[in-house]
Amino acid sequence: MSQGKSARVVVVTSGKGGVGKTTSTAALGAALAQHGEKVVVIDFDVGLRNLDLVLGAERRVVFDLINVIHGVAKLPQALIRDKRLENLHLLPASQTRDKDALTEDGVAKVIAELRTKFDWIVCDSPAGIERGATLAMRYADTAIIVTNPEVSSVRDSDRIIGLLDSKTEKAERGECVDKHLLITRYQLGRANRGEMLSVDDVLEILSIPLLGIIPESEDVLRASNVGCPVTLNNALSAPARAYFDATRRLKGEQIPMRVPNDGRSIFNKLFGRKAA
Amino acid sequence: MNLLNLFRRGSAPVARERLQILLAHERTARSQGDLLGILREEILAVISRHVAFEVDKVQIKMDRGKSVSTLAVDIEIPNGQPSLARGCPA
Repeated sequence: MSQGKSARVVVVTSGKGGVGKTTSTAALGAALAQHGEKVVVIDFDVGLRNLDLVLGAERRVVFDLINVIHGVAKLPQALIRDKRLENLHLLPASQTRDKDALTEDGVAKVIAELRTKFDWIVCDSPAGIERGATLAMRYADTAIIVTNPEVSSVRDSDRIIGLLDSKTEKAERGECVDKHLLITRYQLGRANRGEMLSVDDVLEILSIPLLGIIPESEDVLRASNVGCPVTLNNALSAPARAYFDATRRLKGEQIPMRVPNDGRSIFNKLFGRKAA
Repeated sequence: MNLLNLFRRGSAPVARERLQILLAHERTARSQGDLLGILREEILAVISRHVAFEVDKVQIKMDRGKSVSTLAVDIEIPNGQPSLARGCPA
């Protein structure tokens, strides 16, 4: 990206909780930084912040997004630079306030200031469709909808897509937020055996372009245990490779979609079909 | 062919069909607002012009199907009410 920056604002959202928004925000943010992009990740989950923990920065939080909005701290004071990736920055959420402390004007100002300083602003949305979630998506250019191949997650994603098409600033200007589907916790073997919705099923139902397929993997839990994005903790693991592929697609590269294996290959060979 | 499928069909096709039906309805509902609420009020308003009934004796059931949905309105009308069936239903 050029100097005199104007960042691309990405919201990572889902409606349903526990599908992997924070994990994906950390992994994609880190992967972008690993590609040399200047990135800030913002935690919008006021009162239940966790992006700091997943990034291993939980003991370095002094100021937060609410402090910046209320003028208690300047933006540069609240930004935490990652110790491993100098291009990666975190703007944490407040743990003590509630989501009503977020204001539309306040968020707009913070985003506008960050746009001039970074290549990418990745907003980690809270679950639900209330204030935190609507403000996380409000100024987005691009949305990544994180979905598990499971009925409640797909339904909630559909609802979120409806909100992205009506409640964002872009939608209100008559434009369209660029939407991408990220399927997480995918188990190829189970999908092939008809036990789990397949990638094709989810794509057909939600009809938005696919950004990536992240396999269910113990590497994801291991990475969050130690507070390190999975793309940094074990860059060669299946989920990390899937996040790197997704990151390249996010940057506009055309690369073939790989359906990552969930590690039960012998069983899959015996009982599963090849991926379509 | 999947070997296991010979013995057991997975539940994913069921999930897929349920979602397709549900979301088709939810997407329509998003643009229409509270269709069921509007129908209920208007139907009851028409009927109450002709018969007296208690609102809590009204049951409304919706069954959303793939190609056809049914709306069943069950109204308990006490006996001894003046009959009215002179109107002409559409």
